[in-house]
Amino acid sequence: MEEALFFNRMQFAFTITFHYLFPQLTMGLSLLIVYFKWKYLRTLTEEYNFAAKFWMKIFALNFAMGVVTGIPMEFQFGTNWAKFSELTGGIIGQTLAMEGMFSFFLESSFLGLFLFGEKLLGQKLHFLTGFLVFLGSWASGYLIIATHSWMQNPVGYEILENGRFVLTNFSALFSNPWLMPAFLHNQFASLVTSSFVMAGIGAFYLLNKKHAAYGKLFVKTGVVFGLISSILVAVPTGDLMAKNLIKYQPVTFAAMEGIFKTEQGVGIALIGQPNIKEQKLDNKIEVPNMLSFLTYQKWDAEIKGLNEFDKSIHPTNIAGLYYSYHIMAGLGTLFIGLFLIAAYYLWRNRLYQKKWILWSLMACIPFPYIANTAGWYTAELGRQPWLVYNLLKTSDGISPTVSSGSTLFTFLGFIGLYLLLGMLFLILVGKIVYKGPETIKK
Amino acid sequence: METFWFVVLISTIIIYAVLDGYDFGAGIIHLLFAKKEADKKAIHQAIGPFWDANEVWLIAFGGLMFFAFPVLYASIFSGFYLPLMMMLWLLIFRALGLEFRGVVNNTLWHNLWDKAFGISSLLLALFFGAALGNVVRGVNLGGVEVAFSKYEAHYFFTPLWNENFSPLAVHEGILDWFTVLIAILAVITLTIHGANWIILKTTSSLNNQLKNLIPKLTLIMGVLTLVTIYLWITFLDGSFKNITSNLVLFIFPITAISGFLILMFIHKASNDWLGFLGSTMFIVGGLATTAAAMFPVFLPSSNTINPDLTIYNTGINEYGYAMGFYWWIIAIILVVLYFIIQHKVFKGKLDMADYGHH
Repeated sequence: MEEALFFNRMQFAFTITFHYLFPQLTMGLSLLIVYFKWKYLRTLTEEYNFAAKFWMKIFALNFAMGVVTGIPMEFQFGTNWAKFSELTGGIIGQTLAMEGMFSFFLESSFLGLFLFGEKLLGQKLHFLTGFLVFLGSWASGYLIIATHSWMQNPVGYEILENGRFVLTNFSALFSNPWLMPAFLHNQFASLVTSSFVMAGIGAFYLLNKKHAAYGKLFVKTGVVFGLISSILVAVPTGDLMAKNLIKYQPVTFAAMEGIFKTEQGVGIALIGQPNIKEQKLDNKIEVPNMLSFLTYQKWDAEIKGLNEFDKSIHPTNIAGLYYSYHIMAGLGTLFIGLFLIAAYYLWRNRLYQKKWILWSLMACIPFPYIANTAGWYTAELGRQPWLVYNLLKTSDGISPTVSSGSTLFTFLGFIGLYLLLGMLFLILVGKIVYKGPETIKK
Repeated sequence: METFWFVVLISTIIIYAVLDGYDFGAGIIHLLFAKKEADKKAIHQAIGPFWDANEVWLIAFGGLMFFAFPVLYASIFSGFYLPLMMMLWLLIFRALGLEFRGVVNNTLWHNLWDKAFGISSLLLALFFGAALGNVVRGVNLGGVEVAFSKYEAHYFFTPLWNENFSPLAVHEGILDWFTVLIAILAVITLTIHGANWIILKTTSSLNNQLKNLIPKLTLIMGVLTLVTIYLWITFLDGSFKNITSNLVLFIFPITAISGFLILMFIHKASNDWLGFLGSTMFIVGGLATTAAAMFPVFLPSSNTINPDLTIYNTGINEYGYAMGFYWWIIAIILVVLYFIIQHKVFKGKLDMADYGHH
């Protein structure tokens, strides 16, 4: 049973991690493409339309990857987490079915029109189809995070004698206090990824001295959107999420911050390794009193440590949780710094000559992906050992009939297949990027 | 309310079979009949703008089953673990075949993804047919061995095959002579369906060849259908008493038979859409007849200890159904609207239209 649980968790973690590399670009990039189409409609400058067309090629590939890796996600609830599906389907089935009916149909119907229909539709309708694709992708994010929020902070349910959850209040699923901060935090984070990809590829064009006009447009657009979104990720959305954690999952908060013992005037750890055996942080470098201030706006406020809670409800992987959170928050802070500097030089009209900033933007393309992934690990590891917080253990959610051998087999299959997918994707995107935007009107 | 959601769920999978069915069929024809580059391209253009939206019906089916009958969803998806996972991988390969082909302009690259697209289409048609066979035949719910259930009554696990390759053995497998028969039937039906779509949406040089092929395949399809029905009634205590006791339901077999007749004489027809109508009627009529015959059962139990999975023992509470009803009505109106818009824009022969991109 232990082994089966382990392989089920590994397979789900692997497939969802790989899957989410694509939607985070889809959601942000759709907004940026709609922005280019809008600029084109307003100014009738062909450059914007060529820019939109160029990004649509990358978008189409990225979207296809998101779709093909997304279908296994919906199936795995049933295949690998059958008991969880049986018990909670009456509730999370609502939001997941709504995602299929409301957002996937919207996205896929209009993506076909958006990609193939520019000549048939005319510019205004073409802009509209792009906007609907954007709307569909954000609706999908919203409904997934509504599902996620219910698992983190269950609301509007009743548990029957046979252990099954039934829905008693539909609107509670959407007024869940967990939902809005988490949704916006996630959406702005996906915009950070897209901004970095855009600015990074623009920087590549400038440094490579090819397609320089587009390089400037991409760097500028990426830096402006990146600065705004990276700030919004931290304040107010990240801050609101931390406050939710303190209120609903204080034990998770303590583990994330590496606070083993309750203290007053707690500092915020910048660096340090959790030493689980001795229940302390090794090699700690901290800003004194900062965490108390950020949390309660009082320099000497008390923050509960892990020692206040029973060991059985501690997150199962405290070190993993601590690192995920610190990688996310650390990278997020660096992103704001880099975008601030870039925006300053953009304002002084010197950005396109500043080679070290262009290099940094280009080299940074992988890091928002790491930050987004680490953020989701924080959320998911933070909830352990629970599937539904405080109500259903992860170990009680797996399929009772699927052997660990079967799961290992399919896990290995997914690793192989996704490795191939990832390589093909990078080669093909590399090809599109190297070729660059079209510059001659057909 | 359970009956309503039964109808919704079955309708969703039937729509999926009709829509993605022509994609599979087009893939099979692409693999077996399309030799010229122009024909291959025409097939790609005939399904290019649609396949993605068509596949959403499968996702919608999964989502709706999860919501409306979570016990069924949990049972079926874990019980058919291995074939479902392989199906997922095939769906991935098929999508790659469609999406990655055009990105590099090289004959070898094109051939590679053409084969990926064609072979996975063929195998998927086989898989879906076998899946239907398994659901009709039933499974060993509860994993009963010598009058003792290994699992809870609504769980099971089916291996890929058993020693005798027989649906009548104590432990059934995914593949046996009954399910394989239905799998072959599915491949032939979808090949006809895909051929009709290609005839409807392209001016490819294959069209005449396909028009002559369809009646021959239809004849085989008809014979296999009769054999399947005979086996179902004789060996698997199948029963059509739902249909014989409710004359309105006769509309389903009649639809299927009409579709069959249209397909038999399609080479004499001058309208391209008539053939597609015929294969659509056959698929809709055939699947709806099956569902009507099985109602209220979703998955029969092959043992006498544990009961069948039906709409009554796999569902959720009334309140949940009521809430689902409100959003589903809104969603389905929107979906129909998208569908109309999509097919209005991409009307007519698609290989002649120059819609830019790719």
